[in-house]
Amino acid sequence: MNTKVDLESRIPNNVGLKEDRRLQRALEQWQPAFIDWWRQMGPEGFQEKDVYLRTAVSVESGGWAHFDYVKMPEYRWGIFLEPPVKGRKVGFGDHFGEPAWQEVPGEYRNPLRRIIVTQGDTEPASVEQQRMLGKTAPSLYDLRNLFQVNVEEGRHLWAMVYLLHTYFGRDGRYEAEELLARRSGDADRPRILGAFNQPIENWLDFYMFTTFTDRDGKYQLLALAESGFDPLSRTCKFMLTEEAHHMFVGETGVERVIRRTVEVMREHPDDDPRRHGVLDLPTIQKFLNLWFTLSLDLFGGEISTNAADFFANGLKGRHKEEEYDDHLALDRHYAMKVVKEGKVVEEQVPLRNAMNEVLRDAYVEDDERCVKKWNRVFEKEGMDFRLRLPSRRFHRHIGIYAGHWFDPDGHLLSEVEWEKRRGQWLPDARDRSYVQSLMTPVLEPGKVANWVAPPRVGINKHPFAWEYVRL
Amino acid sequence: MAHDNADPPPVRFETHPSRYRHWKLSFEGDVARLRMDVREDATLREGYRLKLNSYDLGVDIELADALQRLRFEHPETRCVVVESARDRIFCAGANINMLATSGHAFKVNFCKFTNETRIGIEDMSARSGVKSLAALNGTCAGGGYELALACDEIVLVEDGNSAVSLPEVPLLAVLPGTGGLTRVVDKRKVRRDRADVFCTVAEGIKGKRAEEWGLVDEVVPKSRFEAAVAARAKALAARAAAEKPSRRGAGVALDALDPAEEADAVRYRHVTLELDRRARTATLTVKGPGGPPPAGGAAMRAEGAGLWALRAFRELDDALLRLRVNHLEIGLVLLRTSGDPAAVLAWDAALEAARKEDWFADEVVLNMARTLRRLDLTAKSLFAVVDGGSCFAGSLLEIALAADRSYMLDDGDGKVSVSLSPMNGGPFPMSNGLTRLASRFLADPTLAEAALAAKGPLGAPAAEAAGLVTFALDSIDWEDEVRVAVEERASLSPDALTGMEANLRWAGAETMDTKIFGRLTAWQNWIFQRPNAVGDRGALTMYGKPERPLFDWKRT
Repeated sequence: MNTKVDLESRIPNNVGLKEDRRLQRALEQWQPAFIDWWRQMGPEGFQEKDVYLRTAVSVESGGWAHFDYVKMPEYRWGIFLEPPVKGRKVGFGDHFGEPAWQEVPGEYRNPLRRIIVTQGDTEPASVEQQRMLGKTAPSLYDLRNLFQVNVEEGRHLWAMVYLLHTYFGRDGRYEAEELLARRSGDADRPRILGAFNQPIENWLDFYMFTTFTDRDGKYQLLALAESGFDPLSRTCKFMLTEEAHHMFVGETGVERVIRRTVEVMREHPDDDPRRHGVLDLPTIQKFLNLWFTLSLDLFGGEISTNAADFFANGLKGRHKEEEYDDHLALDRHYAMKVVKEGKVVEEQVPLRNAMNEVLRDAYVEDDERCVKKWNRVFEKEGMDFRLRLPSRRFHRHIGIYAGHWFDPDGHLLSEVEWEKRRGQWLPDARDRSYVQSLMTPVLEPGKVANWVAPPRVGINKHPFAWEYVRL
Repeated sequence: MAHDNADPPPVRFETHPSRYRHWKLSFEGDVARLRMDVREDATLREGYRLKLNSYDLGVDIELADALQRLRFEHPETRCVVVESARDRIFCAGANINMLATSGHAFKVNFCKFTNETRIGIEDMSARSGVKSLAALNGTCAGGGYELALACDEIVLVEDGNSAVSLPEVPLLAVLPGTGGLTRVVDKRKVRRDRADVFCTVAEGIKGKRAEEWGLVDEVVPKSRFEAAVAARAKALAARAAAEKPSRRGAGVALDALDPAEEADAVRYRHVTLELDRRARTATLTVKGPGGPPPAGGAAMRAEGAGLWALRAFRELDDALLRLRVNHLEIGLVLLRTSGDPAAVLAWDAALEAARKEDWFADEVVLNMARTLRRLDLTAKSLFAVVDGGSCFAGSLLEIALAADRSYMLDDGDGKVSVSLSPMNGGPFPMSNGLTRLASRFLADPTLAEAALAAKGPLGAPAAEAAGLVTFALDSIDWEDEVRVAVEERASLSPDALTGMEANLRWAGAETMDTKIFGRLTAWQNWIFQRPNAVGDRGALTMYGKPERPLFDWKRT
C-alpha cells in the first residue's frame, strides 16, 4: 500500500486514497455525517473558536505533528497508518510464523469486525462524555488539552472507520454509520461499553479518565498492534503515538491537583483543605479508586473464551509480544486468584484463556508507575500520605470478581458490610457536589483555578501564559 | 467426555413454584410474567456454571412445571410474557459446558425434553387459549432464541447491541437443538438464503435487519420497550380470549405426585413402573378408573387434581420421563393396563361431553394428548401386552396404539378385549397431526372408520382382524411367544432400534413437530457423535479451551 502522505485531498491520508475511487467515495460520503455528529455531540460552546491544536501530518517520528490555530469542525482528520514492515509475520497463536494478512481472512471477518467496532465505539463515546467540560475549564491550557484529546479521539474514530470501509464491505459501512448513531449515556442507543456511558462531569473525573481509561485504550491498542491482520496493526501503532498525549494530560493533571492540595496543606496544616477550596486527599483517592476499577472492567473477564479465541486466531496478542519467549501459549497456565466457596484461592487457568488478565497485569504495572510518580509530591514534601491503587478485585462489575464484595485491600466482605463502607472508598453525592462546586471556568491566559497548580511547561515550547484558545 | 454409565443421581421432574430457583412466575390480570433469572450455582450436575441465563435440564424442568401450572391453576391467564430479570441478557441458550461434559444419551434426552416443553408452548397457544410473547431485553442466543421462536410473537430491544442468534454452527460445529432451524424457515418463514446467513453469523442479527428479515416481530428502543411489550401482551390476550371463551373461573391446583420409590419400582396411585434391569425391560402399568366419572365439568373441577384422568396421565408422564433419563439401559417397555374397560369408556364419554363447555375438562384431555405424544417420542421399544384384567379401551387403547407392537391373549371367551371410543377418533393427535388410528391405517382409511364404528368390545380374533393388535395368541402359545419376542427385542442394537422405530412411528406427511424431532434424531444426534464436534479436537470439546478445533474436511 502507498505510504506517500497526501495532505491536499479532502481526507488527508497515507493510504493512497486517490487511487481507490470506491473507498474514497465511501469515506467522502461518511465525512459529512461525521462533521454533523461533531457539531452536535462535540465540545459544547467552542466550535467556532480558534484552538491551538496539533494535527497529524506524517508518520515519521519527530516531524509527525503540525501545530496551528484551527476551528475544530475544520480540523483535518486524516487516515494514517504506520509504514508496512516488509515480510511481517503473524507473531503469535496458531498462525504463528505465517505471513501477516493484508486482507481479512473470511473465517475471522466477524470477530475482527467486532473488535474494531468495540474499539471504534469508545472514540466518539469519550468525546460525548466530555462535551460539557469546556464550560468549567480551570485554564486555557487545560481547555486546549481537552480539545486536543477530543479531536484526536475523533481521528481514532476515522482510523477505525477506514478499516471498516476498506475491509468489511457493506457490513462495515453499516457499522460505520452505527458508530455515529449511538450516544454515550442514551438509554435507547448506548455506547457498547459501560464505562463509556458515564458522564464526565468535572475535571477531576477528566484527569482520572485520561489517566486510567485512556491507558486501557493504550493497552488495547498495544494488543491490537500485534494483530496478524496487518492493516489493524499498522493503524493501532500510529494511534499509540497520539494516545501518549492523552495520558500525559491525565497524569500531569492529577499531579497538579495534588501539588495544589499539598501547597494549601503546608500553608494551613491544621485546616480541612476543603475550607480553602482545594481537593482533600481522601477525595482524590476515592476518584482514583473509581476510575481505576471502571477501567479494569474494560479488559473483560479474567477467564475468557473470547480472549483465548482472539489469541489462538492471531487477532489480538499480548502487548510487546516479541518480548515473550513462547508465542503459542498452549501448555502454560496462569495462576489466577478466584473466589471459591467464600474464599479467595489460586487456580491454574490455561494461559490463552487468561489473556485478558495478562494484559491487565501490564496495565496495572503501568498504573503503579504513574501512582508512584504522583506520590513523589508527598515524598518531597516529607508527608507520609501515599495514594495507592486498590486491589483489582475491588468494585468490579465484569469478570470473576463481579457479584462479590471486596474492600480495597482485596478482602472479601458481605454485601451489607460493603455497602456500609462504600462511602469511605468511592465518591458519594456529597463528594461529587463538592468537586462540582469548585468547577468555575478560568479562561484568562496565565490564570488557573484555585484547586489546581499551573503546569510546569506549556504546549509546543510556548509558556503557560499564552492564548491557547482564542475566545 | 462423560459417561452414561456412571450413575449420576437420578433426575426428578416434579417441582413447585415455591422451590423454583431459576424462574419467577407472576400474574397481573390476564397476563402472566415468566421471568428467567438463572442461578449460576444451582446446577443439576457438577462441572459447569449457568452463566448469562444459560440453562440445563434443571432450569427447563421448572419451565415445564410453570407452563403446566399456568394451564391448570391460572385460567385467568390469556397471555404469558417470557422475559428475563437480567440486565441486557435475555438468555444465552443451553449451557455449553454442560453439553460438553454430558454423555450422548443425556444430551439427547435433554434436547428432547426441552423440545417437548417448547412444543407445549405452541400447543398452549393453539389449543388452550394462552398466547405467549417473548420479550427480548438483551442478548438472545441459541436455545434462548429457540425459546423465543416457540412463542407467538417476539419483541427485541433495539439498543445498538442486542441481537438474536443461532451460533451453533459457527461456534460449536453442532446444530441448534430445539427446533431453531425448522422454526426459522417453517414457522417464521424467514427466506432460506437469509436464514443461511443468520445461522452462520455467530454474533447474530440485531435491530431493523432482524425485523426486516422476520427473525423478530418488532424492534423497540429501550425507553419504549416495556410499553410495547405490555401493549402486545394485551392484544395477544384479547385474541386468546376470543378464540377460547370457555377459559374462565377458578383454577385447579396441581398436587404433588409423591410416588413410592423402591429399588426397582416406582409406584404411583394409578401407575406402576417396574424394572427388570437384568433383562433390560420395564413394565409400565396404568390402572383404569376406580369408579364412574363425575357428572359434568363442575363436578370434575370439584375433584381437582385428584381426578383419575388427570392424575393417571400426570403419573404416566412422570414415569416416562424417569424411564428416559434415569434408566438408560432399559431397552424395552411392556405397556399394560388393569381395570374395567367399561369404566374407561364411561370416563371418555363424560370428558368428551364436558370439554366443549368446560376449560378444565378440556385441559385434562389436552394433557392426556401431550402425555401420549411423550410416549410416542420415547426412544425405547414399546410392546403392549393385552391380557386378562386389562382395560385397553378408548383413551387407554391409545397406549396400545402407540406401541411398536401389541400382543393380545386370545382367551377363547372374549373376556380379554379392546374397545374404542370417540376419543380414538381425534382428541389425541400424534406429532404428525394424525390420530394413531389414521397413522396406523394409512393404506386404507376406511379401516380406521370401521374400527371407530365397531360396537362393543372386540375379542382377540376380531381385534386382530380389525388390525388393532399385531398378534392374537391363544393361551397355549401366549407365554412362550411373548417371552421370546421380549428376549429377541432386548438383544438388538439399541441405536439401530431407536432409528428404526423413529422411522416407522410417524408415517404420513411431515409437520413442524415431526420435522423438529426427526431432524434432531437424525442430524443433530449424528453431528453430536462426530469427531468434528466431540472428538479430541472437535469444536464442542474445544469450546472455552485454549486450542482451536481441527476439522475433518470431508463432506458426505
